[in-house]
Amino acid sequence: MSTLTATEVTLDNLMGQAAQLRQQGHRLVTLTCVHTGNGHDILYHFDKHYQMAHFRLHLAEGTTLPSICSLYPAAMIVENEIKDHFGIAVSGLSIDFQGRLVLTEDAPRAPMNKRCGMDIDARIPAAAPVTTPTAAPAVKGGAA
Amino acid sequence: MSRRTVIPFGPQHPVFPEPIQLRLVLEDERVVEALPAIGYVHRGLEKLAEQRDFIQDVYLVERICGICSFMHAMNYCQGIETLMDITIPDRARFLRVIWAELHRMHSHLLFLGLLADSFGFENLFMQSMRCREDIIDVMEITAGNRILLTTCCIGGVRKDISAQMLTEVHKALDRVFKQLKDLRPAFADDYTVKHRLIGVGHLSTEKAIELGAVGPVAKASGVTMDLRQTGYAAYKDLGFSPITETAGDCYARMSIRLRELDQSMDLIHKAIKMLPEGPFNVPVKGQPTGEVAARIEQPRGELLFFIKGNGTKNLDRFRARTPTFANLPPLLNMLPGCQLADVPVIVISIDPCISCTER
Repeated sequence: MSTLTATEVTLDNLMGQAAQLRQQGHRLVTLTCVHTGNGHDILYHFDKHYQMAHFRLHLAEGTTLPSICSLYPAAMIVENEIKDHFGIAVSGLSIDFQGRLVLTEDAPRAPMNKRCGMDIDARIPAAAPVTTPTAAPAVKGGAA
Repeated sequence: MSRRTVIPFGPQHPVFPEPIQLRLVLEDERVVEALPAIGYVHRGLEKLAEQRDFIQDVYLVERICGICSFMHAMNYCQGIETLMDITIPDRARFLRVIWAELHRMHSHLLFLGLLADSFGFENLFMQSMRCREDIIDVMEITAGNRILLTTCCIGGVRKDISAQMLTEVHKALDRVFKQLKDLRPAFADDYTVKHRLIGVGHLSTEKAIELGAVGPVAKASGVTMDLRQTGYAAYKDLGFSPITETAGDCYARMSIRLRELDQSMDLIHKAIKMLPEGPFNVPVKGQPTGEVAARIEQPRGELLFFIKGNGTKNLDRFRARTPTFANLPPLLNMLPGCQLADVPVIVISIDPCISCTER
């Protein structure tokens, strides 16, 4: 067993890379989601003859993850789980549990995300707040 | 004209005590679609593992499941040992195999009992459970605990097995061998058992691969996949080749487990014979850094732990992909087309462990 080395993929080439592995005879083992503080790392684990191949996709906060169900039907359950645990929107799921695969209606939202800057997660810095252009202050009084 | 009905199969039902629901869409008595609903006992252990330190996590991961607890600890320890570049003593490698195979045996015997129970063969259930007691007794003799052994630790194993205890292991295996000799015809040759299992819940080789089936479910469909072939722990010294069947039905999945019981007994006998003298653990210094995807073969199939260390005592991320979680999509493929009365048998045939799934 050796430590993990992953190939970096992007949203643009994810499906192409996954399709290539499928053609080569790799099976999907699972996906792992890691909250990094400023987004999520999605790791795809594949196997062929006991040799693993890994993809790493960095997903910025608020980005939708495309499902690889069309290539690997086994991904459906784990992608639904990631959706529940991390609050990530996933598009193209063959069966969409609408965030209710493992969570109930009254469960905390995205419970597996780190609470950046708090408790044990204090080591993860909170992402810088997104700055939006401020609207011009309204003129008080109006026209005389 | 057939009538469509939706039956919520579970979460509480007679076939097994753990809660899982299958929403079955039926046309008369025939299943046309099945959807799972889990999450009734989700514990969030992955999150808890980030809040405990990496030594405490050994105890935590062992509690993911009561049936294959040692395997969880072993996989976790192997992962951390990879991250920290620790080589464990040879004796520890063999001791891990002995306890791991004992766990496989008691898990398979539990499966056989529950399978018999699912098709109404109460006596066979009791005989299987009686046979399993011998294995659990020997785990108590060697480890001091019956289920949660807590013997695996980072750097080896926590305690040794003495020569006297090893003799007890041999004796227990001989007793199990004799009992299995009596039980085997009931499972393999009985007319009713065959009638309930042969041709039921079929999964083709192509579908098994495509849907990510693991363990006996994959092996029963002709997929030669068993991580013990990678030679982790002492398997490379013991010589191991996986058992496969080709029929892909419930009977094949049961046959795999029956044959694996014999294989486990052989592996334990061999491991005891080859058990080297020497230390059984090494001291651990430092903190884990880096990422690893650790895998072993559990009784139910491939177990993967993703572990990310950051050089502190707490892990950045711990993830467990358990075999039952992987076998859910194949299960959903087996059910359409079957009769409602066969659903319990098919569900049990994947040996579902909801504790593992709801870690």
